[in-house]
Amino acid sequence: MPDVDASFLRLPRHELAGAALQRARDLGATFAEFRLERIRSEAISLRDSVLQSAVDDEDLGLAVRVIHDGTWGFAAGVALTTDEAVRVAEQAVNMAQVSRPINTDTIELAGEPVYDDLTWVSSYEVDPLSVPRADKIALLTDYSDRLLNADGVSHVNVYVASVNECKFYANSEGTSYTQQRVRIGPEVEAVAVDAESGRFDSMASCAPPAGRGWEYLTGTGWDWDDELARIPGWLAEKMAAPTVEAGVYDLVIDPTNLWLTIHESIGHATELDRALGYEANYAGTSFATLDKLNKLQYGSPIMHVTGDRTAENGLSTVGYDDEGVAGQQWDLVKDGILVGYQVDRRMAKVNEDVLGTPRSNGCAYADSSGHIPIQRMANVSLQPDPGGPSTEELISRVKNGIYIVGDKSWSIDMQRYNFQFTGQRFYKITDGKLDGQLRDVAYQATTTDFWGSMEAVGGPQTYVLGGALNCGKAQPSQSGAVTHGCPSALFRGVNILNTTQEAGR
Amino acid sequence: MTTAIQLTPQDTIERALDLAAADGAESCVVLVSETSSVNLRWANNTLTTNGAMRGSSVTVIATVGAGEGTAAGVVTRSSVTDLTLRDIVSAAVAAARASSPAEDARPLVQGTVSPDWDEEPDETSVSVYEKFAPALGEVLTRAGQENRWLYGFADHQVVTLYAGSSAGLRLRHTLPRGHVSSTGKTGDLSQSAWVGTATRDFTDIDAHALDAELTRRLGWATRTVSVEAGRHATVLPPTAVADLTTYLYWFLDGRDAHEGRSVFSKSGGGTRIGEALSERPVRLRSDPNQAGLESFPFVVAESSSGASSVFDNGLTLSPTDWIRGGKLENLFQSRFTADLTSAPAVTPPIGNYVLSVDGATGSVDDLVAGLDRGLLLTCLWYIRTVDPQTLLLTGLTRDGVYLVENGEVTGAVNNFRFNESPVDLLSRFTAAGATVPSFSREWGDGFSRTATPPLLVPDFNMSTVSQAS
Repeated sequence: MPDVDASFLRLPRHELAGAALQRARDLGATFAEFRLERIRSEAISLRDSVLQSAVDDEDLGLAVRVIHDGTWGFAAGVALTTDEAVRVAEQAVNMAQVSRPINTDTIELAGEPVYDDLTWVSSYEVDPLSVPRADKIALLTDYSDRLLNADGVSHVNVYVASVNECKFYANSEGTSYTQQRVRIGPEVEAVAVDAESGRFDSMASCAPPAGRGWEYLTGTGWDWDDELARIPGWLAEKMAAPTVEAGVYDLVIDPTNLWLTIHESIGHATELDRALGYEANYAGTSFATLDKLNKLQYGSPIMHVTGDRTAENGLSTVGYDDEGVAGQQWDLVKDGILVGYQVDRRMAKVNEDVLGTPRSNGCAYADSSGHIPIQRMANVSLQPDPGGPSTEELISRVKNGIYIVGDKSWSIDMQRYNFQFTGQRFYKITDGKLDGQLRDVAYQATTTDFWGSMEAVGGPQTYVLGGALNCGKAQPSQSGAVTHGCPSALFRGVNILNTTQEAGR
Repeated sequence: MTTAIQLTPQDTIERALDLAAADGAESCVVLVSETSSVNLRWANNTLTTNGAMRGSSVTVIATVGAGEGTAAGVVTRSSVTDLTLRDIVSAAVAAARASSPAEDARPLVQGTVSPDWDEEPDETSVSVYEKFAPALGEVLTRAGQENRWLYGFADHQVVTLYAGSSAGLRLRHTLPRGHVSSTGKTGDLSQSAWVGTATRDFTDIDAHALDAELTRRLGWATRTVSVEAGRHATVLPPTAVADLTTYLYWFLDGRDAHEGRSVFSKSGGGTRIGEALSERPVRLRSDPNQAGLESFPFVVAESSSGASSVFDNGLTLSPTDWIRGGKLENLFQSRFTADLTSAPAVTPPIGNYVLSVDGATGSVDDLVAGLDRGLLLTCLWYIRTVDPQTLLLTGLTRDGVYLVENGEVTGAVNNFRFNESPVDLLSRFTAAGATVPSFSREWGDGFSRTATPPLLVPDFNMSTVSQAS
């Protein structure tokens, strides 16, 4: 395990926490928690192999959340002094007092064991922020050049975001921990422009963001040499591909595309705060309401979906969440039936009887010290069939269909029923064999119909972690990073749109 | 330990500029942004979260080298003391030295000094809700009594920005921004309605009036009708027009268009500037001094990207027509991209816009009154690009789609997924109302300074039905 960054450990975290928690207690708070959080990030972007921007950012601050007279109060500040910690604690109590008349529920929390001054660090080899800037720019320029110098490539965009997140958490129950997480998200895209017709299209790398370090950009966990060599050819084939005929097709969906469908139609739908209406004014609710627990047929019987905070290199993987709850793994959908939710300590307590467990599964998270913890998505993953087929075997079972690789456009309704996705590459399947790329493809379905049409999932050899750094939720808006693992899978009879026809052309 | 001292924004800038010069930087820009915000959030007729936040951000942009060899280093920190400022400036200068030359390098904007430069940052506090919070409490109680559910969010923030440079720039500008939105659902959760509005200070927000509008809309849903997917005559209220126009606005990048990779690219090369996008007298305009929609009157760029250039920081923003008389007039341009693409003017993005149709008068209600049969939307949501070539967007209707028959709302219908291009809609709408301040459901939390008209589109493409309610 790498060490927590020494400069974070030098900050007076215990002193600040002690002052804030004591002040909150003195003012009558029945529960108080303190976070000191430092998020270092870097964003490097190149356009046509020329450096556009390299920004080095650090967000550092402290936050206090209290339960006072049965009501939440939250406040945050930036100065790292005990005076400021005390002021922020007072402000949090004040927010609870101002809010008390419009709060009708007495806030209580599910119990959790006490963890005394523990340390947890995520799995990575090289902290991206420790690599010299010039070395990073040189590598990305090389990757960009390989594409830009290839036939048929007009433009190349390269962007890499790297994050090192350090947190100290302490609450009035005696739990405290120090945690460091590292993540990285590369985006590489080649663009072709046909000057005569004015048509343009793009082909992007399928490398997902990952809970890894700079080693991810140099070959660990992703074969860059291979993919960069193939992208120009894929793009040229796409530019010359025939347009799809709209209709109903069997689909084999690659994990590089299916992760996003899982994210939108299962990940968000099994967030209990949505099912309870907390996001009704913003991110939306869920059709998978609490009365349907253990009853709803979410998909076909082969469907097994888990939530976890423990997968190695997962973007949602933590030692402990922002309410001091340890990382766990649990079932969300088993044998095609809805069996679980993602919850925080308050929702776990209120719904203890229905959920059948008195414990939170550790899904409280704030994206920075300036924001309040909300229920955020765990790594939500579709499990492979232990003895399941390869992607080629799945394709061999399809007479007339489409094999979809890589994610692109995505959209789903406010209750997580109707979705529409596109992708990077769409291969026609004819009589069990790939038969060249198609263009202008989008698939559109209703969540339970889609997962009900899943006939087979691939074996562990097809399982890949996908994910996103920019999942939005809550007001004020917060950004979350999350991973979804999945195998390739076969779906029967899915509606395919032709996007050019949709545009009325 | 040594006690660190929080510096004032002005001291931060003066010291940082001195440190950069001492470190050998060719030039330097420092941006200090001081933000305070307070928010209330409610769901299921009770408060769910709240917050009072204070944030600070210091960005140091240092350059080394000269002319075409100029490179920039950018470092941003949320918290700066007298002890850490030296490290931040050194990091920016070192980053510039480690970087290849910046193609957008230009001489820094020459200095002007704001008359209020010496003033402290302005702030907001929870007292901004002095009248709103108690009224909200009454509304939440009444909703419970009347078997309705309410969910919503109120946010108020004040940003004070200080920009200083080694070329003598000393600018200070304060912007308040607020918004409130509320979703109402029937007791059985089968019907949903939404209202939202932007505000500068909450003095103009009446919680009871917002709730009365939700109640009126939920009343429309007493009768429900199923409508199939297809192309429908559709009234888009100013909110829905803002949902689509904000997306279009973000795609006005001049360099992308010049390079052939945008809906505003011309076949055979170049951009569509000068081309008619609509036969109608449509105008899309930004003006940082637009009354009620005031935004920063000078360029603020914490990083370079597209038409944003860190070298343009402090550049005065002038009122700009993007579309006028239906014709594309300008695209977003930094000084660099304006040269690169031979653009008619340097026209950086501005933090507001006004979409209008010359001569259009009347309101949503007037468009409804003129419609024999069609749909009235509330807002659009989850809007994403499907095909950048046509700027085909997908998304969904949300929280209230209503059936219009013989000029009146006669019931609520199901939601839809749409596939439409906002650029196409500019030439396909058949009636428009007067432009009014609007609040985009999809983007308003981040981009709230918009004014848009209601539009009637005779053939809006509702691709499929969504079961969401």
